[in-house]
This record gives sequence, C-alpha cells and structure tokens, in this order.
Amino acid sequence: MRIRFWGTRGSLPVALTAAELRQKVAGALVHAGGRRFETAAEAEAFAATLPFAEAQTFGGSTSCVELELNAPGKESHEYILCDLGSGVRSFGNRVLARHGRKTPNVFHIFMSHVHWDHIMGFPFFTPAYIPGNTLRIYGCHDGLEDAFRRQQAPPSFPVEFEYLGAQIEFIKLEPGRKYDIAGLRVTAKKQLHAGDSYGYRFESHGKVVVYSTDSEHKLDSAEETESFVRFFFGADLVIFDAMYSLADAVSVKEDWGHSSNMVGVELCQLAGARHLVLFHHEPVFKDAKIAEIETESRRLEALTRQDAPELTVSAAYDGLEIDI
Amino acid sequence: MELNATRHNDIVVLTPQGRVDHLNADAFGKAVAPYVEQCHLGGVQLLFDLSHLEYISSAGLRILMLASKRAIPAGGKIGVAAPTPTVREILEISRFDLVFPVFDTVLKGVATLSGAAPKGS
Repeated sequence: MRIRFWGTRGSLPVALTAAELRQKVAGALVHAGGRRFETAAEAEAFAATLPFAEAQTFGGSTSCVELELNAPGKESHEYILCDLGSGVRSFGNRVLARHGRKTPNVFHIFMSHVHWDHIMGFPFFTPAYIPGNTLRIYGCHDGLEDAFRRQQAPPSFPVEFEYLGAQIEFIKLEPGRKYDIAGLRVTAKKQLHAGDSYGYRFESHGKVVVYSTDSEHKLDSAEETESFVRFFFGADLVIFDAMYSLADAVSVKEDWGHSSNMVGVELCQLAGARHLVLFHHEPVFKDAKIAEIETESRRLEALTRQDAPELTVSAAYDGLEIDI
Repeated sequence: MELNATRHNDIVVLTPQGRVDHLNADAFGKAVAPYVEQCHLGGVQLLFDLSHLEYISSAGLRILMLASKRAIPAGGKIGVAAPTPTVREILEISRFDLVFPVFDTVLKGVATLSGAAPKGS
C-alpha cells in the first residue's frame, strides 16, 4: 500500500513568502560553495543532498491523504482519500492528467469531520464536476452532507452543489463497526474535538494504516489512553495530529482539539506501531520549526524506546509518499 | 512511583522516584495534591526534585501543569530541580522547560524559590 500526502497543514493553508524562499536560495548557494552545475538535473541532485528544510518545504495545503492499494493506470480506478482539505485540488488535477475527462472514476472519501480546513478543497476538486465520476463520501457526522452543500451555497461559492456533475453519495458510518469498503477493512473511532472528529483504522492484506487527526488527548484517564492504544495497535503507519507542543496542548491551547508530538510517540510506542507521521502542522510554524520538531520527536522515541523495536518518526509534507 | 516530601523553611521539596506514566499519573496527582493546595493557600512553595525520576510521560507532565495552574495564579511558586538527563530532555522536547524554572540542583532551587538568591539554573 502506498500512502501519499496531498495536504498536511492544520487549520489554514499557508505558503512560503518571498523572503523565506530567498533565504532558502541563499542558503543553498552558500552550501554549493561556488560549485558549477551544467544541467538543472545536476543542480536538483545537489539540492536533494541538502537538509530538507533548507532546500524544500513541508508545504501548506490542508488535510488530504491518499491510500493507494493498486497503482492506477489510464483505465477507470477506485481512489481512496482521507479528508478534502485544500490538498485535494492537486490530487484532482493529477487524476485528470492521468485519465482525461472521459474516464469514469470512483472516489471513496473518508471524512474526519467537516471543519472548514477539511472540506475547503472540495469546490476545487474538478472530478466532482465531471459526469460519470462517482464520489462516495463516508463519515460519522449527521451533518456531513449539509456541510458540503452549505459551502457551495451563495454567497460562499458561485457554483451550487446541484451543478456538480458527478454522482455524489453520502454514507454514514457507525464508530466501532467494521466495514469492507474498496478493498479495505475500515473502523472509525470517535475523537475529542469541537463537534467531534473521527479517526479511521484501515486494514488490507495484513497492513494497517491509522488516520487520526484533529484529536485531543486529555491525558486524565488511563482508559482513554488504552482505547487509543487498541485503535493504533500494531499499525504499520499512524498519521497523527501533532499540531502543538505538549506544554501548549495542556495549557494555553487546552480544549482546542489537537495533540502533540510527545503524545504521538507515546501512543505509538504503547501500541507497537512501526511508523509515526506527524501531521496537521501548526500554520505559524516555518519549515525549520517543523524540522526541529521532527528531530526532537525522533530523539524522544530513542530516549524512551527501552527494549521495543524502533518506531520510525517522520514529519509529513505535501508530496510525501510512504510504502508499507 | 514513590513520593517523598521534605521541608526547607517555606519550601516543600517533593521527590518522585521511579517512573510516572499513564498508569500511575493519577496516583501521582493525588499524592502531590495536598502540597499543591498548601501552595495555593500561600503557605509554601513547591520544588520537585527530579533526581530520582527515571521517566515522566505526558500524563505525568500534565499533573505538573495542573499544579502550576492551581498554585501560580494565587502567588505560589513551583520549580523543578536536578532532572536526570532523560527527564531533562523530555522537559525540553515537551517545552515544559518554558513552563517552570529548571534548576541544576535542589540547593539552587530552594535558594531561588525562598528568595535568597537570584533566579537562575
């Protein structure tokens, strides 16, 4: 299974500023130390050797993650997504480039919740406008469909929901119940977030991916902790809301509905998970800050591992692909 | 996890031993609660001597945060001292080193909290 991250930022899309980009270019030139590159490919190969945050960016699109069970060709395909943040616009464009407008595709979309940063990409998801496509949007909230319709209604957007050409279905799931959807065994879990959010555990051919974003952990109950340990148990990959530091999450940002890198490491270690992906980055964090959090999280994992197998820790970025 | 308490004039030094994790954080919270209440009422200042603490999880750090929320707005002072290398790194990674003063030694912590020495680590 391949997991592809189209949007990894929390709350609000962000972009590099001109000054930030200039700093990266200046830093790369200093690193190059006068070296000459005959081709763009040579220069790009050199850039790939630089620290990630110096030569690249974690990106600024909001939550959208693709699970790929089989690599798509030009023929019709069943796509699987989590959330429809602004990252889904790039995903839709990739699909159109691959298939053109005449090939009907099916999109299975699992919604954590309908806060704006998780649905804002939908009006710009071109496949939704094309007749022949089918969108199956799954979620546990009663107001799932209303949120999508309201977003497209005047004065928020010029194209109303009724004008979307694709067949669009909203399918309500019950947390805790197992479903077989698009080759996946899917289980949802209720999470602490304003208006509730839901995490998803996806299982296929012995591989397990957990998508758990917009989820606060109050840390006041061993039972609550154990319930997430069971949800994450043995996962090959856990995509985890690590928006704040622990100190912020339990003080000034308590009840804001998000979690920390430290809690992610702890839960994954307790669950025997193999790979933790820090996700839903705080929009005010610059690339260097996210890279620092990634480094510190790896250090925390090493400090607290004891005799357990190593937990790989990565900070998600727009464009990241992970094979499990 | 054990918690020992000693008093140095108006400073209570609390010394947890072993590990504080999600399984015993509640017990840790109950053990420190009477001292936090004294600090809230203005009778004492609290210094956590972390020299015998092998590990503290997020749930344990939350107890320290609750202590600070209860005591500091009422004028109380809370600090931590002599963390083991592992716990010191956990304090830094969690950013709890920005919440409390972290003293290198218990003596420095006692002196500073009692007002006998300038704040510093």
